[in-house]
Amino acid sequence: MCLAVPGQVESIHEANGMRMGRVNFGGVIKEICLAYLPDVAVGDYTIVHVGFAISKIDEASARATLQTFADLGLLEEGLADLRDSEPADLANDAP
Amino acid sequence: MKHLAEYRDADTAQRLAAEIRRIVTRPWAIMEVCGGQTHSIIRNGVDQLLPPEVELIHGPGCPVCVTPLETIDKALAIAVQPGVIFCSFGDMLRVPGSRENLVSAKGRGADVRVVYSPLDAVKLAREHPDRQVVFLAIGFETTAPANAMAVKLAARQGLGNFSMLVSHVLVPPAIEAIMRSPGNRVQAFLAAGHVCSVMGTWQYPPLAGRLRVPIVVTGFEPLDLLEGIRLTVLQLEAGRHEVENAYARVVSERGNEPAQEVIAEVFEAVDRAWRGIGVIPASGWRLAKGYREFDAERRFAVGHVTAAESPLCRSGEVLRGTLKPNQCPAFGQECTPRTPLGATMVSSEGACAAYFHSGRFAPAGS
Repeated sequence: MCLAVPGQVESIHEANGMRMGRVNFGGVIKEICLAYLPDVAVGDYTIVHVGFAISKIDEASARATLQTFADLGLLEEGLADLRDSEPADLANDAP
Repeated sequence: MKHLAEYRDADTAQRLAAEIRRIVTRPWAIMEVCGGQTHSIIRNGVDQLLPPEVELIHGPGCPVCVTPLETIDKALAIAVQPGVIFCSFGDMLRVPGSRENLVSAKGRGADVRVVYSPLDAVKLAREHPDRQVVFLAIGFETTAPANAMAVKLAARQGLGNFSMLVSHVLVPPAIEAIMRSPGNRVQAFLAAGHVCSVMGTWQYPPLAGRLRVPIVVTGFEPLDLLEGIRLTVLQLEAGRHEVENAYARVVSERGNEPAQEVIAEVFEAVDRAWRGIGVIPASGWRLAKGYREFDAERRFAVGHVTAAESPLCRSGEVLRGTLKPNQCPAFGQECTPRTPLGATMVSSEGACAAYFHSGRFAPAGS
């Protein structure tokens, strides 16, 4: 029910005294009410629920979250490198 | 598509799950409040990636599920009246009332229409000035900005033939009720990301402090869910009870302030009965004084309609996390998505329906 999907604002216009926009959801274009996002601009991504854009996607936060995932990956790979290197180190220590 | 695909990567999901396995030392029970999250968790098997110590309890955040039977019966009583166009989101159509659902009422001649947005219902009222157009306004805080704007627009356009049957519910009072219910097992919450995109996170720190419970605002894609769970487990292991935001690309602390203003103008708090749980104080919204002329319950005088739940249904225990769907004797027997007995089997976001559709018929470990 609270399903809300990201879409990109393609154009902005007025209808019945309300700020509306054409929003692209992976190729499907819908007319969406933008009244609750007075600052949203063409090209921005928004989260849309039952015909209303309720939040503008913050690109910097999105990048930060993806960076967190990448850092976890580095950590994991780092541990893997360590594990891989242990036998070699032991080998080097061997007479 | 951008902002979706990045959060569905299977390798990263495995890495996040491995990280959760690394940090967990003992059993924890975490409730995801939102039905959309339950649906995503079961469909994507997120719970099956988790270590056995981390149990997810599926919360009451499915508005279709918690809408009282009585409200469905009221909707039906209005829908069958002559001259009415009854509008609803599609997922309410098959929810059974005491005797029938909106689809069968339509079959008997009622003019029942599915709308994508409440603005579509306002448009119908404008196009059919000789008919009464009624919109079934259910939902959590996520849906309230849309429903509030529809009423505001109808008022502005002087549409005397538009009204709403309102059954709005709110997340924070439900969190409090769950934590204070006898036998509660929930130790932390994944807060519903889209509810918070509207309301912000500012409502939650007092709740987390008072109830001494970690609350992590979480999104809906598999990686969002795993990241929310990771932050929650970190808090639980450290004995912290704070509000954290694992869905910062969509949720800010202040939320959508223009939306909050319109909600505050159009709605006011009311005690609300939750199907399967009972009455929770100040847990819903109804139309505020200035907009009460748009209240369908008054206009069609259906306030007296009452209804009784099936005695077999144990959805209240499922919603409180004391019973898994497939531990209920009626699950998959008397109760299926085609013949739902109660709250959690009626919508695909309900925990029982999610288990049924994913073929989880046997209790875990049996």
